[in-house]
Amino acid sequence: MSHPENATEFLKDQAKAKWHDETLWFVRDKRDRISKTIPEWEQLRELASQIKDNVLANLGSYLEDFERNAQKNGIIVHWAEDGEEHNRIVLEILQKQNCKAIVKSKSILTEECHLNPYLEKYGIEVVDTDLGERIVQFLNQPPSHIVLPAIHLKKGEISELFHEKLHTEKGNEDPTYLTQAARIHLREKFLGAKVAITGVNFGIAETGEFVVCTNEGNADMGVHLADVHIACMGIEKILPRRKDLGVFLRLLARSATGQPVTNYNSHFRSPSPGKEIHIILVDNGRTAQLAREKFKNSLKCIRCGACMNTCPIYRRSGGFSYGSTVPGPIGSILSPGLDMKKYSTLPFASTLCGSCSDVCPVKINIHEQLYEWRQEITKTHGEFGKGLSMKLASGIFNSPLAYKISGSLMRSALKALPDSLIYHPLNTWGKSRNLPETPKETFQQWYQKNRS
Amino acid sequence: MKPDSPHIALFIPCYVDQFYPKVGIASLELLEKLGCKVTYPQGQTCCGQPLANAGYERDTVGTTRHFIELFREFDYVVAPSGSCVLHVKEHSPSVPGLEKEQAELHHKVFELTEFITDILQVEKLDGKFPHRVGFHASCHGQRGLRLASSSELNQTPFNKARKLLENLEGLEWVELSRTDECCGFGGTFAVTEEALSIRMGKDRLEDHLSHKTEILTGGDMSCIMHLQGIATRNNQNLKFLHIAEILNQAIS
Repeated sequence: MSHPENATEFLKDQAKAKWHDETLWFVRDKRDRISKTIPEWEQLRELASQIKDNVLANLGSYLEDFERNAQKNGIIVHWAEDGEEHNRIVLEILQKQNCKAIVKSKSILTEECHLNPYLEKYGIEVVDTDLGERIVQFLNQPPSHIVLPAIHLKKGEISELFHEKLHTEKGNEDPTYLTQAARIHLREKFLGAKVAITGVNFGIAETGEFVVCTNEGNADMGVHLADVHIACMGIEKILPRRKDLGVFLRLLARSATGQPVTNYNSHFRSPSPGKEIHIILVDNGRTAQLAREKFKNSLKCIRCGACMNTCPIYRRSGGFSYGSTVPGPIGSILSPGLDMKKYSTLPFASTLCGSCSDVCPVKINIHEQLYEWRQEITKTHGEFGKGLSMKLASGIFNSPLAYKISGSLMRSALKALPDSLIYHPLNTWGKSRNLPETPKETFQQWYQKNRS
Repeated sequence: MKPDSPHIALFIPCYVDQFYPKVGIASLELLEKLGCKVTYPQGQTCCGQPLANAGYERDTVGTTRHFIELFREFDYVVAPSGSCVLHVKEHSPSVPGLEKEQAELHHKVFELTEFITDILQVEKLDGKFPHRVGFHASCHGQRGLRLASSSELNQTPFNKARKLLENLEGLEWVELSRTDECCGFGGTFAVTEEALSIRMGKDRLEDHLSHKTEILTGGDMSCIMHLQGIATRNNQNLKFLHIAEILNQAIS
């Protein structure tokens, strides 16, 4: 499936597509309003962008600092080159603990590594404890948004699902009631898990600590009850100093949901006596992306999801239309770096409107990278036959005479052809749109008559 | 017209030449009324944007060379299109042997409204246009050329087109719910992502209709061609004019 096909499918349910658009627009609007209460907002973005530039330019040495300082704090540090190695490390820790059931708070990285199916293959029960993630896990779906994993579902659908899975009252759609049911269900899972997995929002090179941000406190609940905490971290999540957090925490929640701050920003530095903290530093294509001059900026991303909420395409096609772990504009510049062929339609799923770049808290030039990926993809693929037609057009455009001939041919064709042919289903422009009326003369002809 | 007036070349996008000659005429007459010495260099072709945005920028060296040769002698190049101007400035490939001329030219190319407000330094246009006007900000003009503040940024609001329109006698400016959302044209996107393109266009039209726009205007006919195409198909009661047409009518 390609993005256009998936988007067409999503848009078939017009009422739901409209609801999806409006729901995410509401989040973007909230973000707009709160960002405008911070007079230095644009300076914060610039500062964050520069800090991340510095991180990317010195990533190797910051990672070594981070490892050394984390080890000093008693954290066990692992390195994983790819998703498979990451999963194997997690499994080994679990097997050593003789652990058969774990709780996991939201981590897009573990989605990227497909950790859940891997562990389930080895008979380990994985419970996602973020409410939205638990909902999509019940449905056997991936998250459709990196911050709002179940944003594609309406409360009626969740009510039905909970009735089936958690035996809630049929037809009761009250969010408080449903959330309470999830809390009771999850409490039992928290109490039974010896190992808790979390993602990492920021790793601090200077101190060897790391920060996990959640709104539900589920990361903390899991970690404090378990004996072993495994934190999975992409290598680009490094910040040089603890004080840099002041910049990023202010930007993150405001950009993500329009809140002044995430409810729980938990700092993890050293394991409690008798407990263990493991951190797995994962590359999985990041070093390769760092080496791509035009695309390395994509690694500045702090996973706030603002580009999804603002994207007129994402809002009207849903997260699943992208078929990648990270959907939306940022996903469309990250994913081709992982598999250009598989994700070749994603950089074209954009009008290059630029809203993503203006909303990005770390000033990633997302729409410019979408443009650049298009240039790369067309070099390696015929790109659905668009290649040939575009080459024909090029032959037309660089010769004025040919342009004039084809122009007037086109114009006279439009005049002469019956509507039935112009609006033939094969003519995609005309399917739901009229063509402009053909004037009797071009501007060039008018100018020659009137000004020469 | 002063004898030492700068010499302005009118750059008319290919689809405007073919389908909207009245927009070209209005742009020319408007600049002339504002005292400019304007020439339309013959032999203009497409700037290459559709190819470049489709991923074939490398195939537009020929059109770009032609563009530079045609326009390099002029003091300014002005086009009634933010999108084509953005392409020329940011996405036209470097032409071997003409790098210097190309760099100089990029500083001389302007979209029509920014040329009037920034180069001609027109503070206020005197004229009359008693209609309710809804403005569609083309993304390439707005976020590309920064012809208006963007709703995502924390900046002092401004809008170069609005500055020219709002002083016209009788003109009512329509405030939209989503001031600068994309209309879904997007060049080849209009065809490759047809379903999304149409949905986005319909949503923009609904915003205008629910705020009682009588005439929908903008700086890029490509967006307007798309929106008008949808509105006409659905018998929606809206008129469409390029901003050059409004300004030219209003000040005559």
